[in-house]
Parts: sequence; structure tokens; C-alpha cells
Amino acid sequence: MGCPVAGTGEKRMSEGQSGAEQRLVTPGMVIGPSTGKHAGSGALAQNEEFIATRLGWLNEQNDVVSVRPINSAYMPRSGDLIVGVVAEVRNNLWFFDVNGPFQALLPMSLAPWKVEFGSTRQHLGIGDAALARVQEVDEAHNLVLTMKGIGLRRLNEGCVVAIPVNLIDTLRGDNNSMVSRIRDLTDCRIIVADNGRVWVHGDADNMFTVRGLIQTLVDEGHMNNFEDAVHALEQQRGEN
Amino acid sequence: MGGYGDVKLLRDDGKRLDGRTVDEMRPVSIEAGILPAADGSAMVTHGLNVAVAAVYGPMEAHPRKIQRQDRAVIDVRYNMAPFSTGDRIRPGFNRRSREISKVTAEALESVVLVERYPRSKIRVEIEILAAEAGTRCAGITAAAVALADAGIPMRDMIVGVASGKIEDTVVLDLDKAEDNYGQADLPVGILPNTGEIAFLQMDGDLSIEEYNLAMEYNFKAASEIHEIMVDALKRRYERGDN
Repeated sequence: MGCPVAGTGEKRMSEGQSGAEQRLVTPGMVIGPSTGKHAGSGALAQNEEFIATRLGWLNEQNDVVSVRPINSAYMPRSGDLIVGVVAEVRNNLWFFDVNGPFQALLPMSLAPWKVEFGSTRQHLGIGDAALARVQEVDEAHNLVLTMKGIGLRRLNEGCVVAIPVNLIDTLRGDNNSMVSRIRDLTDCRIIVADNGRVWVHGDADNMFTVRGLIQTLVDEGHMNNFEDAVHALEQQRGEN
Repeated sequence: MGGYGDVKLLRDDGKRLDGRTVDEMRPVSIEAGILPAADGSAMVTHGLNVAVAAVYGPMEAHPRKIQRQDRAVIDVRYNMAPFSTGDRIRPGFNRRSREISKVTAEALESVVLVERYPRSKIRVEIEILAAEAGTRCAGITAAAVALADAGIPMRDMIVGVASGKIEDTVVLDLDKAEDNYGQADLPVGILPNTGEIAFLQMDGDLSIEEYNLAMEYNFKAASEIHEIMVDALKRRYERGDN
């Protein structure tokens, strides 16, 4: 079984140097000469050298030197699929907590329902979770969401699990392969949102299993144990 | 500086009362990621000083009047625990903690890429659990490791170190007796990769030659502490397969 809206993993797949030894860099560390190369995220060109601006793994691809951060805050980008939680309701709009520095705004015109002025609370109340997409982000971090789109909806069931933003690509795997494997194993509906929230829905035991796997990723994600944990579950389910 | 010039702080063999040479630092150990609730955290043990720093954010800056449209603000709160010294400290802010919070925030603002997070606030909490002279330096070092641990982008780490003068001799890293009865204290925040100075304070008097020697000691110590900082971060995140 699958979910129609979980396919956003393709645009930011893990781009690590597979097989090569990776170098952990700290802020300020010189990571190489800048001649003929471009600075990607987490790198800064200074005096013909690149310096790391974040703690993370050094990554070099197509002449772009970047640092894949070990820990980072969610910074919303236009088009991101997010799981938001309603933090505040006004007569004509909702404010969502999207796990970022700022709350996001959902005007009633971008809600999937026909909403009368003053009746916003009938559709979404404080604490309700919803699947939405980032419509617009400006330079001052003002954030507008939309719920008009395929699969975007209020999340009435299941649970939402938080994971660090830098582990999203690991959880998704190449072309969402890892999420598909977990879905097939547990028969749960899983949506990995870009803001570090994962929506899981299935029967209670399977949801518990998925949450356990995600917790393994959160606790030991930096040690590449996640694939082993999924593989172990596959073997265990295969035996039963 | 207590100003009691008759207190003997150097032994006849030229060493200090705790047996250190003039350019020897107290032992330093750092651990990153000690607080699960914080976005980034670190504990620095510098001699008998214990400083814990926690970083939260970036988050929306409140109250709104502190927001800057083009950059983040760094909100530092330095606090000494009531049990951190021999005499109990009255809990809460005082003149000294406000001053240290301010200079620490200004030092950190010079390394953090604050322009990446307009209208935001990065909260840095520094708690001194045990104090034995040099707590502002230990606090700055802890804050830098905690910021790196939180994934906040920075131009460089910042290392807090201090030198001073006792019995007309320049020494590195004053302990409590030397701080109380010495002649000068020179705490600095050094960017170890570029060699820039992010903050500098001086209590007492130093001649130009003494200042240069004190800074030489500080730079040497900063490079040693920086290695310990990097090691602490690597220890936390080193992959199992590397």
C-alpha cells in the first residue's frame, strides 16, 4: 500500500560520496583551495580557500564543495511538503507551527474547504495537524502555506514523529526506497515531510514498529545503523 | 585583582603555587551534546571551572522590538550557580553577569553568520556550575562548541583564554589565587583559524612587552583548546564505520 503524496524525496536525495571515506569538518576549518570550484551550502570562500561554516561531512561533487550538516534547523523553501500543527486561529487564517524559526500562515483562501469568514475553527482547531505545502517564503522568512493540492489534507488519524532535518534523506533513501521498504514491511502509511516530521498511520503494533525504527535512526543515524535495522526487521518478518 | 601585592604567588623554583610553569594551562576537557533538550550543548571543564552551554534556535525573536530585519540576534544569558563558589551567590542577574552576557553575545555575533537568519533569535544559555577564575573564557568556549553542535553556521569557532601578571611575571591561565591577588588579567576570545580577536578585556596594567607576551601565551593556549574542541565534536559524531 502506498500514499499518494510522499514522493518528494527525489529532489534532494542523499548525494554523499558513496564508498569514499568521508571527512568530518568543523566551523572555520580549511577544506581546500577554492580555485576552479564553487562553494556550496556550508562552505565559504575566503582568501582563495574554502572554509567550513558548519559541523558536518565534507561533500564534493561536480566542482561544488559543500558540507552536509550533522545537525541543522529546518529552513522552509518554496514547494516543501510539511506537516504543520495549528498554533493559532484567527477569523480568516491559521498560524501553523512548522518546526522552523517562524510560524507559517494559511489564509482561508488557500484552504481546501469553502471557509466563511469567522468559521475557520470549524475546520482546523489549535493542536490539529495538517499536511500542507509551502506556497511562498520571502527574504524576511514570512511563510505562506497552501492546502490546495493532491493529498494535502487535515491529518485526522495516525501519529506524527519528529526527526532531525538532516536525517530526512537517510529515512527516505534513494528514490524513496527506504520508506517503501518500511511501508511494505509494516503495512503502514508513511509520509516523510520536509520539515522533519513523519506521519505514520497503520494498526497500533505496526505503528509502534515504525516509531521504533525511526527512533533508531534518530539515536544512531550518524553511524549508518538504520539500513541494518531495516534489514533486521525484514529478516525477522520473513521468518515469521 | 585584589591588589594585595605582598601575597607570594610564585615559588622559589619559578613555578606557580599549583606547580604549573608560567606558560602552562590548567587541564581542559570538553564534551559536546550533553543536554538532550537543547538544539546544541557542551560542557567545558577548565581546571576547577565547569561551564555548561545550551543553544536553542534559531527561533522567532521576541519581543518583536529586538528583531533585526537583516540578521539574527544572539541572546546570551551567563549565570553562575549559587553553589559555584565558596560564598553562596545570590541567584539571578547581577551587574557582572549582565556585562559578561553582553560581551559574550558581541563576541559570538562576530563569528556566527547572523545574516542567514533575519528576524530570528539564537538563544545561548551559559551556566557556571563551578568557578575558579576564568569562567567567562570557559563560558565562551562552551558556547562556541554548543553553537557548532546545534548546526549554527559560523565563520570560525571562538576560544576563550586568559593570561595575566603575578609578581611582575606574565603567566598563562590564572587560577583563583592568582586572579584575586595578581596584578593583571587579560581574557581574550580568539578565532583559532584566522587568528582574529573577537573580544578582549584587561583588568590591571600591562606594559606593551608584557601585553605581547601575554597574547603570545593566549594564542598558544587557544590553539591547544581548539584541538580539544574539535576533538569533542568529532567524538560525538564520528561514524562507526570510519
